[in-house]
Amino acid sequence: MQNFTFTRVGSAEQAVRLAAASPTAQQGAEVRFIAGGTTLTDLMKLGVEHPSQVVDINRLPLMDVTDTAEGGLRIGALVRNSDLAWHPRVTSEYPVLSQALLSGASAQLRNMATTGGNLLQRTRCMYFRDNLSACNKREPGSGCAAIGGANRNLAVFGTSEHCIASNPSDMNVALTTLQAQIHIQGSSGERTVPISDFFLLPGKTPHVETVLNPGDLITAVTLPAPVKNAHSAYLKLRDRASYEFALASAAIVLKIEGGRVADARISLGGVGTKPWRATAAEQVLIGRPATAASWQLAAEAAVRDAKPQSENGFKVELAKRCVAHCLTTVALTAQTA
Amino acid sequence: MPKKPLPPQEGNAGHLPFSRRTLLQAMGVSGTAAALGGGLVAAAQAAGTVAPATSEPGEQSLTLKVNGQPHTLQVDPRTSLLDALRDRLQLTGTKKGCDHGQCGACTVHVNGRRVNSCMSLALMHEGDDITTIEGLGTPDQLHPMQLAFVEQDAYQCGYCTSGQIMSAVALANEPYGESAGEIKEAMSGNICRCGAYSHILAAIEQTRKA
Repeated sequence: MQNFTFTRVGSAEQAVRLAAASPTAQQGAEVRFIAGGTTLTDLMKLGVEHPSQVVDINRLPLMDVTDTAEGGLRIGALVRNSDLAWHPRVTSEYPVLSQALLSGASAQLRNMATTGGNLLQRTRCMYFRDNLSACNKREPGSGCAAIGGANRNLAVFGTSEHCIASNPSDMNVALTTLQAQIHIQGSSGERTVPISDFFLLPGKTPHVETVLNPGDLITAVTLPAPVKNAHSAYLKLRDRASYEFALASAAIVLKIEGGRVADARISLGGVGTKPWRATAAEQVLIGRPATAASWQLAAEAAVRDAKPQSENGFKVELAKRCVAHCLTTVALTAQTA
Repeated sequence: MPKKPLPPQEGNAGHLPFSRRTLLQAMGVSGTAAALGGGLVAAAQAAGTVAPATSEPGEQSLTLKVNGQPHTLQVDPRTSLLDALRDRLQLTGTKKGCDHGQCGACTVHVNGRRVNSCMSLALMHEGDDITTIEGLGTPDQLHPMQLAFVEQDAYQCGYCTSGQIMSAVALANEPYGESAGEIKEAMSGNICRCGAYSHILAAIEQTRKA
């Protein structure tokens, strides 16, 4: 691991000031915030990340989950994944988020990992992590060894000819379905970015993954009030039953009124270069009867634009079944509620 | 398979004035075989310099509270909590497996919660209350979970065991359900290469019945 200076900060302003000195907040940043450390220390040991300064933000007062005036939830950036997953309002009103969090990593890692850090979780693409292969995300302009390589785990949505790396987070998929807002404190003040705008497609610049600029510190995530009379669930499909990244996952909020779908929010995980909102599937469902035939139509719509790579064609069928199965589960919950 | 002869050394290992453990500590690693050949003599000369008295450039002062005892150290910022515990405080009950948060062998408690000590920098833990397997029980007075592991034969090689026990003890204070399925899910961050899982489950269930 390349050496660095370690600074513990006592205020968000100090954190922002220190990080603003980095030429970039993206891949290769000179200054990195550390919270749980579960992504950063891993990538620093691999040499993929090599900041010259690490800023410890763990003592900042960003650890609370509070109600918003609009009936939603404000989640401090340092709230640990386990605490958020077990929060009474999350388990009762946002079960899709609780289930997504508890399906990720292990109990130990969830005790460490934070809300802000999980948003910035990096891809598990092995060519990115090996610090050796051609990888436009790690080393812009070097190429992409994953295209035509071992890409079984990688994306089928949002890819470009420069990068097909998948976003590995479960939490981000649920937050996308819940239409979360990301609150950022930066050198020029505070701003709020909807999660749909927070992650960037790889395009020609896969090393730029988010809208974050040097100095930007994620301070909180807010959730709008839960959709009234809706139900939700997260379904994750993977190579083993626990402690594994998704091959395909679905985070769904569904509202059924008079036997018909009144509202549907669907996002997919494990298959996109960013958490993937399946708007086409949502549109198919609105007004349709709450039946298995509708779930099948929505599942087909969800994967219509998929672009499989040499080894991950199975993900298209898997994602389709994941959506259909998750819709069935949520509808069943709605009927028995 | 015939054993590969060791490269010639001055004297032989039986006469060296240090144990395997102090040798490995002097090398600053928990088990790197590559350095055992040509590096043996150099490492032997370095034995006894485990904790240098003067700090190196870039080192920072840290007080770690481990098992109720404060320890003041000068550490390189790169030092993980795991390496600080093992190589600086000689608390070698905590094991290094993958060193990437994938196996759980390094599990300790920070402020009562189980974490992977390999994925955390030591400097992040100033003021935290850290508990390792050494702080759980003693050979004369085992923690109920340690006793249950002994009684249920919940290990074979033992390398993952301290992590399993630390994880299982913390689990008792977490809101998981009590079914076998939920215990397995809650323990999935601790890998046992020998496959003693059913006995580990039995040990945890034993402590819940007690």
